[in-house]
Amino acid sequence: MKFSVTVTLKKDVLDPQGKVVGQTLKNMGVKNLNQIRQGKFFEIDLSEENSTKGKNQVKEMCEKLLANQIIEDFKIKITE
Amino acid sequence: MKSSVIVFPGSNCDRDVAVVLEKLQFKNSMIWHKETELPRSDLIVIPGGFSYGDYLRSGAVAAKSNILSEVIRAANKGALILGICNGFQILIECGLLKGALLRNSKLKFISKDILVKVLSNKNKFFNKYKDGEVLKLNIAHNEGNYFTDKKHLDELEDNNLIPLKYCDKKGNLNNECNPNGSINNIAGIFNKDKNILGMMPHPERMSDKFLTNEDGLGLFLSLMN
Repeated sequence: MKFSVTVTLKKDVLDPQGKVVGQTLKNMGVKNLNQIRQGKFFEIDLSEENSTKGKNQVKEMCEKLLANQIIEDFKIKITE
Repeated sequence: MKSSVIVFPGSNCDRDVAVVLEKLQFKNSMIWHKETELPRSDLIVIPGGFSYGDYLRSGAVAAKSNILSEVIRAANKGALILGICNGFQILIECGLLKGALLRNSKLKFISKDILVKVLSNKNKFFNKYKDGEVLKLNIAHNEGNYFTDKKHLDELEDNNLIPLKYCDKKGNLNNECNPNGSINNIAGIFNKDKNILGMMPHPERMSDKFLTNEDGLGLFLSLMN
């Protein structure tokens, strides 16, 4: 079973990289840009057929290593 | 005094710390991160550098290494733990210290001498300094922008758990002398019991008057007290 994980900085944590990228896009002429947040993306392939079990395992990976929950949020999606 | 310096792939201040400790007659051991046992140590230093190439987040991978579980065990038994720069990041990632070290607010790696003020000397790490003393130390980091929630910040401030803050020549604390955007100008913090110190500036780089100055030496001398 395959999963994707997106890790982004929490809303109230300043994201300077996202800010710079957003400013650059504005300079390039993107007029309707409201906000942009930069994050990290993981593709995870598990030998697990049970989606609940697999998702729980990925959740644990996020909590223990992939994300620092003081400053980051994560989202898990089943992709295959 | 027995000390151990933990060495990770990518550590680059490990030998500088060892030179200072040995100069002061510490009985020092260098401990590779794959080791599963620590020699009995009064002081454990997690040095600066770029452990595991700063992959994932600075210090995140090192925090899960074999030796760190031993460091955590020793810390809980009351051993003195000093994390400098990347060592501070590792102490945060492994949960021995709370908060987070974000990218510097101006998105640049900063390598320069800065000034810090000693705000608390009634502890094992700063007892050789005067309260309010201004020290010239060196910083070299990309993620040194300390951040924590309001509740923890109040806890730090109310219990004298912030021994070092970035300051100007006169010891004033303001935005101009804050190099990386750290909340309340924080340059270093203690845990509740004050046996664990994490700091971004490098005292080991300021411990030899022929190279730089000796402003950092007092920290190692304090530890011998």
